Amino acid sequence: MRHLLNTLYVQTQGSYLSLKTDNIRIEVDGRPPQMVPLHHLEGLVVFGNVMLTPFLIHRLAREHKPVTWLTEHGRFMARTETPVSGNVLLRVAQHGCACDASRTLAVARFIAAGKLQNQKTTLLRSAREALNDDPELLREAARGINGQIGCLPLAQTVDEVRGIEGTAARLYWEVFPLMLRANRDFFWLTERTRRPARDAINATLNFVYTVLANECASAAQGVGLDPQVGFLHALRPGRSSLALDLMEELRAVVADRAIITLINRQQLTPRDFVLHEGNTVTIKDEARKLILAHLTERRKEEVTHPLTARKTPLGLVPHVQARLLAQHLRGDRAHYPPYLHR
Amino acid sequence: MNLSALQHYAFCPRQAGINLLEQTFGENTFVARGNQTHERVHAGGTEQRGEVRTLRALPLYSLRHGLAGVADVVELRPDGSLRPVEYKSGKARPRLADEVQLCAQALCLEEMFGAVIPEGAIYHAASRKRRDVAFTPELRQAVLDTRDGVRELLRAQVLPPPAADERCRFCSVYDECEPFAPRDTFPAGYDPFNTRWTP
Repeated sequence: MRHLLNTLYVQTQGSYLSLKTDNIRIEVDGRPPQMVPLHHLEGLVVFGNVMLTPFLIHRLAREHKPVTWLTEHGRFMARTETPVSGNVLLRVAQHGCACDASRTLAVARFIAAGKLQNQKTTLLRSAREALNDDPELLREAARGINGQIGCLPLAQTVDEVRGIEGTAARLYWEVFPLMLRANRDFFWLTERTRRPARDAINATLNFVYTVLANECASAAQGVGLDPQVGFLHALRPGRSSLALDLMEELRAVVADRAIITLINRQQLTPRDFVLHEGNTVTIKDEARKLILAHLTERRKEEVTHPLTARKTPLGLVPHVQARLLAQHLRGDRAHYPPYLHR
Repeated sequence: MNLSALQHYAFCPRQAGINLLEQTFGENTFVARGNQTHERVHAGGTEQRGEVRTLRALPLYSLRHGLAGVADVVELRPDGSLRPVEYKSGKARPRLADEVQLCAQALCLEEMFGAVIPEGAIYHAASRKRRDVAFTPELRQAVLDTRDGVRELLRAQVLPPPAADERCRFCSVYDECEPFAPRDTFPAGYDPFNTRWTP
């Protein structure tokens, strides 16, 4: 039985973390140390200049609680690989499927279907709360995406699936700003930009996607899958294609939804961003903390998984999906069933 | 082959498959309780109580049957007779899987000590009762059949179908197994390619 525990994010630069009996002791220059009990933790994510003692790293490794190191700005650097993860038969099956065009196509279709369905759900949900002419535009985009879902079974190659996904993405991002109801002139999205983000929405999306991608990579590794060997995403050195595949179904309902909520509640406002010369934008530390806290709350929210019909915390959905994919790859399940949010 | 694999396979072939092929070992209240029960036993050592010497965590093997493992407790009597005792955390519940595991220990002991072992016991920690188990020819055959089943599982590398019965309630790998979720079709109402328009 897997339990959803908390992930500890340490962002304060210069923090010093050590093991103190069954706790993590956190020291930040001169302030009284904080203690976090280990048994509440599922993993540790540290940003930038944060020091960990070897004893703490060993203890976390022994309890299968991974440490993820990100740069100060949230780019993935490294993660500890703990013992016993990994099933050679599963990895061979995964590579076999990746080398088989028709099986890859089938998996890619299901992943894309999950993504498009959840984009549709997200748009329709926002349409119920939107103002003026926006509901009609949001519904129109959802209808367009629905049409693209109808095209998926006809796709003959993974490239065609990616094309359908791209068409849906255009429809989705075109109306994305209409889901925002506060500070709209500031949070306006013209196009998706990454590295560096050129507006506040992009900066926020990039940050939340990084956090989610790390969770998906952990989920893949947790069931023994190779996070780099994906199906919808092309294989590319250094890219966690499978983690990105697992993330597709969750982007709209977990990441995008979180951002929309924070902006609409005005918890995230223009003051939370730094605008640099030359039109690039970064998020302030405090706002990153706020976003992580919101995501952590959201992870605890229980949803009914449409396939297993069981109540599952949203934070465990990547793990459930990784397991369902593993079952498909090992021949225990005829298809890969994506997570469809209700 | 490890004796615990026999126990898992006799309980449910799929559970053994999930353990051996998927390298997934679940944990639930029953497993946690079992570990607790075995704490003292697994510390090992010997103890003399009256005429009986008690060996704890005794390593076992049988070259003839291709088995290896560890016995919870083996009682050694002055007349040289041996008696394996297996600890179970639950109440007294006659379960073939437990008896297969115990009898497999006896087969190892017979080879290691050149003895004949007619019976052993299962100690149930919840009810604090010992239950004697006779090693009948049928039970011995069941051990060998189980061993052949595990061998075949390891050769074929395919997960057996789920039991989907009352056993699943006790199973430690329930989540990984998904015994009651449909495997070849999707449940009613679940369709990733659904395009019915109901905004």
